[in-house]
Amino acid sequence: METAAYMEKDDSLRRGLTAGLSIAFGYMPVAITFGLLAGSTGLTVFEAVLMSMVVFAGAAQYMALSMLAIGAGMVEIVLATFIVNFRHLLMSASIQERAEPSSKKFRALFGFFLTDEVFAVSSVKQPPISGNYILGVGLSAYSSWVGFTAAGFYTGALLPGVLQESMGIALYALFIALLVPSIKEEGRPVVVLALLGGSFHWLYQLFLDTGWAIMSATITAVIVYELVDVRRRKKR
Amino acid sequence: MNEAVVWMIIGMGIVTYIPRILPLLMLSTENWPSWLRRMLARVPYAVLGALIFPGIIFAYDAVWYGLLGGAAAFLIAYTGAPLIAVVAGTILLLTGINLMM
Repeated sequence: METAAYMEKDDSLRRGLTAGLSIAFGYMPVAITFGLLAGSTGLTVFEAVLMSMVVFAGAAQYMALSMLAIGAGMVEIVLATFIVNFRHLLMSASIQERAEPSSKKFRALFGFFLTDEVFAVSSVKQPPISGNYILGVGLSAYSSWVGFTAAGFYTGALLPGVLQESMGIALYALFIALLVPSIKEEGRPVVVLALLGGSFHWLYQLFLDTGWAIMSATITAVIVYELVDVRRRKKR
Repeated sequence: MNEAVVWMIIGMGIVTYIPRILPLLMLSTENWPSWLRRMLARVPYAVLGALIFPGIIFAYDAVWYGLLGGAAAFLIAYTGAPLIAVVAGTILLLTGINLMM
């Protein structure tokens, strides 16, 4: 009996690792780009790989680079990271409702890997979701993220100077590329939210430091959107 | 290696880790007001907008240069191209224009 239970556990970890390969593949270009940009922003390979190992959050890491590039303070970057990654609270809660019971230590372990993508792949499973399965998905994604950060860092050094100069656009291109699929899928709300965020940032950066301006703009944008949306729905 | 950057990374790691595990360890969001949950779900789009504007306009001396890059990125992304292709394509396009001028 004990052996059977053990083997079942082992199997869900393996199935998780396999399911996570889709994310591993998807992360590859994003991590290579991150490593490459980290190099051009002035981080060492140690710092770039450490960030991928410790933080494991694409959008926040890209944001940290763009904030470092414009000379934002370290405390601002940490706070902005908190704001950007706060959304994982909801995903963690949703997993908590549907995951197989397990020890707190074990939940604290697989919780580390809960990116948007790991959450998405894990949560389409029928509950109860095995913790080992989530851990497997997370480990696949994580290996790719960390490994290709290092790979990207070194390919960046091979680039000629003219190309490097044009790379100032890379982060913006990436953010646009992250927005476009959501615009295609959900349309107007995404466009309006992005425009609100951008407009308030434009306003706030006139009198606030960049990090604080981004955070304030984000909070104002979601509040304004919610207020307008509620009013509009009441009118109907 | 810059010690301040290492501390920043550790800080980023901690503030990322806490929201990821807190509900797993102790919370049920059933009692949360729906407006708060909606607002949290919208944060990523507002952040992306703030990260793009106004930075993209002031990224280069010539305003049109950044805007051209942004338009190119949008069009390439709209075809459904993967992220790296959008980034690489935009960089190559701007490099090409740079070389011609």
